[in-house]
Amino acid sequence: MSLLEVKDLRLTFEQPAPLPSFLAVQGASFTLEKGEMLALVGESGSGKSLTALACLGLQPEAARISGNINFAGEELVDAPQARLKAIRGKRIAMIFQEPMTALNPLHTISRQIEEMIQLHTQLTSQQRLARVLELLGQVGLAHFKDRLDAFPHELSGGERQRVMIAMAIANNPDILIADEPTTAVDVTVQLKILELLKALQAKLGMAILFITHDLTIVRRLADRVAVMSQGKLVEIGKVADVFAAPAHPYTQHLLVSEPKGIPLPLKNNNNTVISAQDLRVWFPIKKGFFGRVVGHIKAVNQLSITIPESYTLGVVGESGSGKTTLGFALLRLIKSQGRITFQGTDISSLKTNELRAFRQQMQPVFQDPFGSLNPRMTVRQIIGEGLEVHFPQLSENDRESRIDEILLEVGLSPDIKSRFAHEFSGGQRQRISIARAMVLHPKFVVLDEPTSALDLSVQAQILDLLKKLQEKWGLSYMFISHDLRVVRAIAHHIIVMYRGDIVEQGPAETIFANPQHDYTKALIKAAFMGDK
Amino acid sequence: MNLSPLSRRRLNLFKSNRRGFWSLWIFLALFLVSLFAELIANDKPIILKYNDEYYFPVFKAYSEKTFGGDFETQASYRDPFIAGLINDKGWMIWPPIRFSYTTINYDLGRPAPSPPTAVNWLGTDDQGRDVAARLIYGFRISVLFGLALTFFSSIIGIAAGAIQGYLGGWVDLVAQRLIEIWGGLPELFLLIILASIVTPNFWWLLGILLLFTWMSLTHLVRAEFLRARNFDYVKAARALGVAEWRIMLRHVLPNALVSSMTMVPFLMSGAVTALTTLDFLGFGLPPGSASLGELLLQGKSNPQAPWLGFTGFIVIAGLLVLIIFISEAVRDAFDPRKVLKA
Repeated sequence: MSLLEVKDLRLTFEQPAPLPSFLAVQGASFTLEKGEMLALVGESGSGKSLTALACLGLQPEAARISGNINFAGEELVDAPQARLKAIRGKRIAMIFQEPMTALNPLHTISRQIEEMIQLHTQLTSQQRLARVLELLGQVGLAHFKDRLDAFPHELSGGERQRVMIAMAIANNPDILIADEPTTAVDVTVQLKILELLKALQAKLGMAILFITHDLTIVRRLADRVAVMSQGKLVEIGKVADVFAAPAHPYTQHLLVSEPKGIPLPLKNNNNTVISAQDLRVWFPIKKGFFGRVVGHIKAVNQLSITIPESYTLGVVGESGSGKTTLGFALLRLIKSQGRITFQGTDISSLKTNELRAFRQQMQPVFQDPFGSLNPRMTVRQIIGEGLEVHFPQLSENDRESRIDEILLEVGLSPDIKSRFAHEFSGGQRQRISIARAMVLHPKFVVLDEPTSALDLSVQAQILDLLKKLQEKWGLSYMFISHDLRVVRAIAHHIIVMYRGDIVEQGPAETIFANPQHDYTKALIKAAFMGDK
Repeated sequence: MNLSPLSRRRLNLFKSNRRGFWSLWIFLALFLVSLFAELIANDKPIILKYNDEYYFPVFKAYSEKTFGGDFETQASYRDPFIAGLINDKGWMIWPPIRFSYTTINYDLGRPAPSPPTAVNWLGTDDQGRDVAARLIYGFRISVLFGLALTFFSSIIGIAAGAIQGYLGGWVDLVAQRLIEIWGGLPELFLLIILASIVTPNFWWLLGILLLFTWMSLTHLVRAEFLRARNFDYVKAARALGVAEWRIMLRHVLPNALVSSMTMVPFLMSGAVTALTTLDFLGFGLPPGSASLGELLLQGKSNPQAPWLGFTGFIVIAGLLVLIIFISEAVRDAFDPRKVLKA
């Protein structure tokens, strides 16, 4: 008999009268065997997290649940709370996506791990402390003996995730549910966390239900994979089988949509679009009542870059390395020191009004397509706003036709103009975002992780769109990302940033073929996990 | 009506709170009726016919001589002599309550305050004035005052909060300290002192109270602006070169207003209470004005006439309860986490 057997699981949310009930999970069935790792793959909103939460009886209260969840011979659907409490954390444990919010900021880490042990065992406090030390050693927290009284905010993202894992394995659970445990941490840390999970699984013999949207992780770690799409579990099987011969169209679509391809061929011109010399963004650290400056946070430290026409500069680095700051400093959206030259004009000392003429030529596209569009404006207003500022002489009709044109260009229908941004999916929103920037026909666009908030299948489409626009209008991009797979598909030249400095730069092929700096090597290893 | 799905959701949420929904209709009905107080409670007929001509005494003053009386003064239609003259050659249609809020009923037959009768439905106060009539006028002025105070303090508060939050830095720092000092002033005593220097009328009271009530929304709007000025879509607008004041109006303000909207009805109940308090203490509207606070004061001074106190209490409590129920429904409607029950 399987350790966990889920049969025809359904989760339904009722909506106000005219709307139909929302079927979040529609008949998912799968089994989990002792000691195996099952990956649950699907796009956001496909119901994968809800399915996992239901296994612990933690589905939202508003949801109506039906079907069977059989855990070691015991039915968990509609089981009494007391039973579920005895199972949660003891026999089925869970790791969440965001360790900062999953840990209580007011308790020390040892207190939080100890609580897990205390809840489910009869150990004395000394035995518990010994167990906490053992667990922290197992999860490899550096200097753990001195850091028992550390609070979550004193740890890095990766370390917090290690503490979360220690909490989850505290009672040697039979099943560990990991809900995208590496999405919120940097790529280099991601790899270490995954290796840790795999090692712990081998050692403790637990089954892992691993929820992710990252196919590289699935290929590397999982034994079997279950694919979910729009609430339905469409395919399940051995990883090797599914990847070699995907049966369901959605799985096929998912597999071909991993970011691939190469950058556009370079044109032979050397017209510099934008360049910066000795660019610095230092944030002062102030102390005392009078705000004495005692030091600086060097977000961007003396960088010089040059971006020619029809060229993509890839900027790579982990969070906090200053890559976004660099992009916004170039656009003069953040104060900076140093010289910025845009098509031969020094724009670094221009005032807001003088700068306005240049705004039309340089535009940003943001990471989060949900935060970058005003929820109270229609698509027409969002895209038309820039036209109003820079082309006030346009008649209403001309403006409308420009909006239609750009919508078609980014692959949307002009019929959507009167709708609000929240009616669209993430990918469509990112297209609207791109349309807002492109309708002005800029020369230079800063793309701040334009794909990282999107589902895998959409990422490839957005990349293709960006490349198409670049070819058509000779655009120059600054492409900021932490995902080297995406960068490889679009960038001609790459700079690797680490704590405000460029640690390595060069043509893309050179960097990928022969990375010099240790940090670059770690990034490449993390991104491709060995399979090149 | 073309509503965005979000507005439609809010409207549905508001309607689904039955208590608040019905409170709103009852409140609106009462307010509408009280707006026509002159046609409901007045010491002049609405319309009269005299010598085949029509007269509208509520809207226009006629002298006694018009109806064959002796004096140039305005006709007193309640005077049996004048009424007799008119009824001989025509007819009069009276409002349902034949007293205005200042009319003194001289035919009481017993010392004022007199208990409820068929003539004085809710009795009279200690000066022989009809309580029902005073109630209608008092209700009207309370609601109008509440609406006006809420409106003006919202406008000032939102503007002040918006400027502080959007500009941040020194402006914010200095303005916040000033507001803290201003907010620390003993409001009630200042009001009483000010009210004894000037003879307060409706607008004076509005202005004086406004000095202290505008701050209630400022903190909220300031916080919303501080948050929203770093949103990606605000950055995007800045990158598009949109002027700062336009970013404030178009991108930040509408989103900051949502949280303010949940507060506004509560401000209204505070405003009504403030006016009632001042009237009750005798520092409010000028003597003789119809007001709910004054009615309460009468109830306190005349415990032997319980209809005064009861009437005042029931009407004020009812009015505040209605506003609070509406406020709760508005608050629910703007709550993004509220789930509609199927």
